[in-house]
Formats: sequence, C-alpha cells, structure tokens
Amino acid sequence: MPGFDFSNHARNATLHARGLPLPKATSTGTTIVGCIFDGGVVIAADTRATSGPIVADKNCEKLHYIAPQIWCAGAGTAADTEFTTALISSSLELHSLSTGRKPRVVTCMTLLKQHLFRHQGHIGAYLVVAGVDPTGVHLFTVHAHGSTDKLPYVTMGSGSLAAMAIFETKWQKNLTREEAVALCAEAIEAGIFNDLGSGSNVDVCVIVSDKATLMRGYITPNERVPKEQSYKFARGTTAYLKEAIIEKKDLKKFVTIVDLAASGGATAGDVMEIDA
Amino acid sequence: MDHLKKGEVNLGTSIMAAIFDGGVVLGADSRTTTGSYIANRVTDKLTQVHDTIWCCRSGSAADTQAIADIVHYHLQMYNVQNAEPPATHIAAALFQELCYTNKDQLSAGIIIAGYDKRHGGEVYSIPLGGSLHKQRYAIGGSGSTYIYGYCDANWKENFTEAECVEFVKGSLSEAVKWDGSSGGVIRMVVLTDRGAERKIFFPDEGYKGDGK
Repeated sequence: MPGFDFSNHARNATLHARGLPLPKATSTGTTIVGCIFDGGVVIAADTRATSGPIVADKNCEKLHYIAPQIWCAGAGTAADTEFTTALISSSLELHSLSTGRKPRVVTCMTLLKQHLFRHQGHIGAYLVVAGVDPTGVHLFTVHAHGSTDKLPYVTMGSGSLAAMAIFETKWQKNLTREEAVALCAEAIEAGIFNDLGSGSNVDVCVIVSDKATLMRGYITPNERVPKEQSYKFARGTTAYLKEAIIEKKDLKKFVTIVDLAASGGATAGDVMEIDA
Repeated sequence: MDHLKKGEVNLGTSIMAAIFDGGVVLGADSRTTTGSYIANRVTDKLTQVHDTIWCCRSGSAADTQAIADIVHYHLQMYNVQNAEPPATHIAAALFQELCYTNKDQLSAGIIIAGYDKRHGGEVYSIPLGGSLHKQRYAIGGSGSTYIYGYCDANWKENFTEAECVEFVKGSLSEAVKWDGSSGGVIRMVVLTDRGAERKIFFPDEGYKGDGK
C-alpha cells in the first residue's frame, strides 16, 4: 500500500511539548522556471538546497524524471518534491503500460494536483510540470494546495520574482530552442545572484517530441577557485617536550588483541546465508 | 477573501454572471495572488463543467478547481447515463452538495451559469456557507463589494445579448478599478443556443476592444 508513515509526527509533538524545537525539513529555497518554444518546452533550476540559514547541498538535482517525455522542476520541501514526483512517475508508468499509450502531461498534472489537494498543503511540493505528448506541448505549475495554472512561461520558488522579471522583459512569442534555453538559463541566473535561497549552478532540461535532454550543470557561475594563499602550518610549528615511538611488537602492552578465527567454532556474527 | 491557509493561492477576485433574453453571460477578471505577489495575471476563472454550463470561481484556487473537476466528472456521467445533457440546476445542486457538506474545510464562492433549451439562461450563486440562490444576475469575489450600487442601478429585465455584455463589462471594469486584488484582462463567456462563445477585453485598450 502506498502512503505515508506518520509515526514521527507523534514523536515530534511529544518532543515539542517538552520544549524542544521541531526538526526542520531541508527546503529547496529555490528558483525554477519553464518556457515553451516552437516544437518543445524547456525547464531549468538552480542547484542550492538549504536548511534554515545553512546550505545543505551545493549541487542538488531539482529536475525530476516523470516519464521519458515529461519532466518536473521542484521547489519547496526537498523530500516532498522527490517522493511526490517519484510516486506519480510510478503510477503514470503503470497507467501507460495498462492503456498502451504514451503518458500525457495533463494526466500527470491531474494526478499531482489530486494527490496534493488530498493532503491539504501538508505536502510542501511546488512543481513546474513540462512535457510533450501526442496532444502537443504543455507547461503547468502545481502549488502545494493543489491549484494549477497553464502558461507559456512560468517561475516558482523564492527566486521566482527575480526570474519572472527576466521573462517579463525578454519573453516573446515563437522562440527558437536556443533562445528559450538561453532565456531560462538567464532567469535562473537572476535567481542565483539576487535571491539568497538560490545559488550554485544552472540545470536545464529540453523536451522535444522525440527526446528529452538533461543538461546538468549547463552553467557553473560559482566554480570554486584554488586559494591564493596556503593556510597549512609548516612542520615543526608546534613545539614538543617529549618524543616516544611505539613499535608494533610492543603493541600488546597497550591493547588486547584477540584473534577471532582462532577462538573456537563460534564466529562473531551469523554466517551469511547462501542460495543453494 | 476571509481566512485562507498560509501561502495558499487566492483568487482575490471580481466575478459575475447575468441572464438576458436567450442566454447568459459570465465574466471575471484574471488576477490570482499569493499574498502580495500576482502568481498569474492571465488566469481563466471561467470554468466549463458541461457544454453550456460554466462557473465563475472565487476564494481558494485549489478548492474551487477541485470542486469544479468533481462536478465536471458527475455531469459527464449524467450525460452518458441519461443520454441527455444536464440542466443548469442539476449542476448547481451538485456544487451545493460539495460546498455545504465540506463547508468547514473549504473557502469557495462560486457562481454557476448555464443555458439549456427548457429553462433558457439561468444563474445560481453559492456563497461561503454553502447556500444556493437562484438569481437573475449574481456578483462575487472581493471586488464585488464595490459594484453593488452600479449593478443595482444598471441592471434591466429583458437585456439583449449586446446590452448584457456591456453591463457585465461595465460592472467588472469598475470592480477592477477599485479593488486592488482584482485586475488584468476581463474574460467573458456567452452561453446561448449557439453554444459557448468566449470574449476577452484588455486593460491597455481600457476594456473597450471588440472582445477579440
């Protein structure tokens, strides 16, 4: 049975009642965008994951696979975006197998919105759903409470305002693939540089009718450069008063060594079962 | 709107519907907000639940979309099982059932409007508590408070189609002007025996275009 284990909720409530702060989930304080072009759709994301003021991961993946021609960008609670997309990916694959048809983007969007609405916003997944199916090119946003929008260009996450500023000044009708990729990458860069919750690299995924191309680290504007000065302490920096060298043969004076293989028939752990 | 859950997408809205001789007109602005941010400036709040039965959504975007999807499903089933299209009051009753039985969990203010051969154009309004009101015209959403006087003064029995479109457009452009959480384009749907026809009016033309 698919579903959630809520046993930690009781534990957290008990701890909270005793004055402990509730554990904080890792959130993807994020910039994610999507944009339709002639013949396909492109989505992009930054790669910073945060928990409070700490950068939890400098190069995480926010572009999730749903189906061969449907991909999803996730903002909000990292665990929720990962599990929600994986769950819907799974049911969409089974649906595709039982109908013998390619999965549709509207189907994916409907499954996501119904799942998120059922959980009344407690699943903190904010998603950009994009893909190409036999009915055409599609781009949606899905909010945690279960509302959806259909637009030619979209942004989500804490960096959505910075990214939308780029789209609202530079977007035009009938973009080419290259123009759309460049526009999305620039929108993510606006998020990386102007939003504290977003940072590191730009990931891009381009979907056209016959294939999807994931470009991990499409732009890396925050490469770590070697330090100009070495902060290593030179040998002999710390003065010492005494030196003693213990040789291996004298080790038994300090520690007890037991040879396990030699100590009777019983071994330390259970013997591994091997198939007949 | 009143009290949404934190971070929920809101349709801080101006919506209305009005009947005329031979049909009904639905109208809405196009703004959806999350707090002070406009999440979508070209939203479509006029949602089809059957061929010539539509609704105007206000309140929580998630709640009203979920309700409309369920009603859409039931009306499709009704059409197949009875081999005839549902009347507008059937749709209104379905909306009321959902809105009333789940009133504690929902924030949804819906106006239902439809045309069928037997009853002609009809308008029903379901405010927050889940009550159902049959009206000749209905207004709703945060922007509606500003146009009670305008609508009362300008509405007439036996409107022609063109007069009704002007009435809805005039009312909504006033609502959009005075209500901060309404704005964008004005969308309209006209329901007659010809079927459903869409209209759109743009703010940069002062909502004075030909409806495209």
